[in-house]
Amino acid sequence: MAAAEKQAVTGAGPFNGLLTWIDQRFPLMQTWRSHLSEYYAPKNFNFWYYFGSLALFVLVIQIVTGIFLTMNYKPDAAQAFASVEYIMREVPWGWWIRYMHSTGASFFFICVYLHMFRAMLYGSYRNPRELLWIFGMLIFLCLMAEAFFGYLLPWGQMSYWGAQVIVNLFDAIPVIGPDLAIWIRGDFVVSDATLNRFFAYHVIAVPLALLALVVAHLLALHEVGSSNPDGVEIKNVKDPKTGRPLDGIPFHPYYTVKDTFGVVVFLVVFSMVVFFAPDAGGYFLEHNNFIPADPLKTPAHIAPVWYFTPYYSILRATTDEFVLWVLAPGVVAFALLLIWSMKKSATRIAVGVIAIVLLAGLLSLDAKVWGVVLMATSVMIFFFLPWLDRSPVRSIRYKGPITKTALSLFVIVFFVLGYLGTESVTEGRTLAAQVGTAVYFLFFFLMPWYSKMDKCLPEPERVTSK
Amino acid sequence: MSNQSRVNRKRRSLVIASACAGGASALATAVPFAASMLPSERAVALGAPVEAEIGQLNPGEKMTVEWRGQPVWILHRTKEMLEEIERTDGKVADPKSERKKGELTPEYARNEYRSIKPEYLVVVGICSHLGCSPQDKFKPGPEAFESQWTGGFYCPCHGSLFDLAGRVYKNKPAPDNLKVPPYTYLSDTRILIGEDKKRA
Ligand code: HEM
Ligand code: FES
Repeated sequence: MAAAEKQAVTGAGPFNGLLTWIDQRFPLMQTWRSHLSEYYAPKNFNFWYYFGSLALFVLVIQIVTGIFLTMNYKPDAAQAFASVEYIMREVPWGWWIRYMHSTGASFFFICVYLHMFRAMLYGSYRNPRELLWIFGMLIFLCLMAEAFFGYLLPWGQMSYWGAQVIVNLFDAIPVIGPDLAIWIRGDFVVSDATLNRFFAYHVIAVPLALLALVVAHLLALHEVGSSNPDGVEIKNVKDPKTGRPLDGIPFHPYYTVKDTFGVVVFLVVFSMVVFFAPDAGGYFLEHNNFIPADPLKTPAHIAPVWYFTPYYSILRATTDEFVLWVLAPGVVAFALLLIWSMKKSATRIAVGVIAIVLLAGLLSLDAKVWGVVLMATSVMIFFFLPWLDRSPVRSIRYKGPITKTALSLFVIVFFVLGYLGTESVTEGRTLAAQVGTAVYFLFFFLMPWYSKMDKCLPEPERVTSK
Repeated sequence: MSNQSRVNRKRRSLVIASACAGGASALATAVPFAASMLPSERAVALGAPVEAEIGQLNPGEKMTVEWRGQPVWILHRTKEMLEEIERTDGKVADPKSERKKGELTPEYARNEYRSIKPEYLVVVGICSHLGCSPQDKFKPGPEAFESQWTGGFYCPCHGSLFDLAGRVYKNKPAPDNLKVPPYTYLSDTRILIGEDKKRA
C-alpha cells in the first residue's frame, strides 16, 4: 500500500501528525488494534488471569536487574563469591538490585506455577490451545534452566553442590552419560570452566530463547483468543452486526487497567519480601549459600531452591524397592489397562512390547537411572495434558467429582513433595515421598479414563459472571 | 502455474540438493562449537598425582587431600573398625567389589577392606549417586537413618550409606561403592594418589 493511501491517525491530539508519519511506514495502528484496542478478551476473567501479565512483568524485572548485576559481577571461580559480596556491600544500591533479582527468581516461579494451575483449573490447554500450552511449557523449561544456571553464579556452597548434583543427573544416562556430564561441565568436576559457561547461558543464551518463546506464546494466544473460567468459546456467539464476540471486551483499556492494578498489588508484596525478608527464611536464598563454595565438603543439609523441590523429592523417592514394588507392577498394570482399552491389535502388541522392554530395564538398570527418568517425566508429562484430558467440558466448574478430587489430591501431593524436598531424608519421609510420587503419576496416567467417565455438568452457552 | 503436474523436476532436484548441502554445512559448523565445550588442554593436564603424608594420622582419624579437584579421604582404621567391616558384609550391595571392577576398585584393593594395607582406607569422597561428599559417621549406634548403624559414611544429599570400606548399603540411591583411586605407598608414611606402581 502506498504511504498516502493509509488513513491519517486521529484522536491523538498533537501527536496525530507524527503517528500518521510512522503509520505510513510501519504497521503501527494495525498492530495496536489487532493486539490491544480491538483484541477481544472474555469479560469474565478472574483472579487467576493476573499471572500471565505478572510473569511478563517479572521477566522485565529480571532482565533489568540482571543487566545491572552483570556490571559488577565476575564470572570467575576465584572472584565470583567476593564480587557478589561486593555488590551487596559496596556498590550503591547493589543490595537492592541483587535482592530484586533473587526475589524475582522465586516470584517468577510463583507466577508461572499459578498461571499453569489456572490452565489446569479451566482446561485452557485444550483444543485449539495445545500449541499455546506447549510454548508455555517450553518457557517453563527455559525458566528452570535459567534459574539453575543463575544459581551457580554466586559460587556459594549450595550453588556448587546443587550444580554438582544436577549435572550428575546426566551422568546416569546409560552409555553416553559420563561423557555428556563432562561436556556440560567442561571439566571433570564443577569448576571455573563450568561457572564461566553457565554465566554465558544465564545472561544471554537462555534469556534470548525465553524472549523468543514469550513472543511465540503471545502470538499463539492472540491467534486463538483467551479461554476463560467457564471454558466456553466467546467466538461462538458474535454480534451479527459488528462480528464481535458478545462476551468479549477490548483488551485495552479494560484489561490493561486490570493488569496494572495487578502489578501494583504485586509490587507491594514483592517489595515487602525484597526489603524485609529477602531470603524468605532460607527458601528464596539458602543460608548455606552465604558460605563460599568448597569442592571438598558438602554442606550437612543440601536441598534445591523451593521451586525444584517437588521433582527433587521424586528423584529421592526412587529407591531399589520402589522400582521393584511400585514401578514394575505399575508398568504391568498400566500396560494391561491400555491393552484392554485399545481396539487395534497392532497397537495392543506395541504396548505389550514397550511394557516388556521397560520392565526389563526396570529390573536390570540402577534405580539411579529410574530416579532421573521419573524426575524428567514428572516435568515433561505436563506437555501431554491436552491429550490426557478427555473430559467433555473444559472448566473445573462443570467437571465432575472424580476430576475435582483428583486435582485436589494432585495439589496436596505437589505441596507435600515440595516440602519433603526441602528436608533431609528419613525412612518416614522417604515413604511419604514414595506415596506422593505414586499419586503424582496416577493423576496424569489415569486421566484419560477418569476424565472421560466423570459425571460432568452441561457447559453454558455463554460465559457467566456475577 | 505451480500446480503439481507442472513441477519442474530438475529445478526441484536442485532445490533439494542445495538444501541438503546447506543443512550438512550448518550441522558441520556446529561441531567446532560443541567441541569448544569439552575440557580444555589445561583442564586435562591438571590430573597430576598428589602425595600425602600419613605419618601423623592417628587410628580413627581421617584426612582429606585434593586430587583432580575432588576430595580423597585417607582413613586410619582401628581394629574395631576393621571388625565392623566384616560384620556389614550382609548389608552392603557389593561386598566383594565386583561391580565396575577396573573403574571403581583397582585390583590391589579388591579385598574385604578395599585397600592395600587394611588400616588405611583411601577412597574418593564422592558419592556414586549424584556426587555429593558424604559425611563421617564413624560412631556405631542407632542413627536416624539406620537403627543399627555400625559406622561409616552418610550422604546428606539423598541418604546413601557407606560402610567403613566405602561399600554402599543396599536399597539406597547410590548404586556403587566409593571409588578407590589408583594409589601406591612411596614409603610407610607417604602415599602417592593418582598413580600406582604399574604406571609409574
Ligand atoms: C529470566 C529470568 C531469570 C531468572 C529466573 C534468574 C535467576 C537467577 C538466580 C536464581 C540467581 C542467583 C541468585 C542469588 O543467589 O543471588 C541469578 C543470578 C544472576 N543473574 Fe539471573 N535470572 C534471570 C535473568 C537474568 C538476566 C536476563 C541476566 C543478565 C542480563 C541475569 C544476570 C544474573 C547475574 C549477573 C547473576 C549473579 C549475581 C547474583 O548472584 O546476585 N539474570 N539469576
Ligand atoms: S549424592 Fe549421595 S545420595 Fe545422592
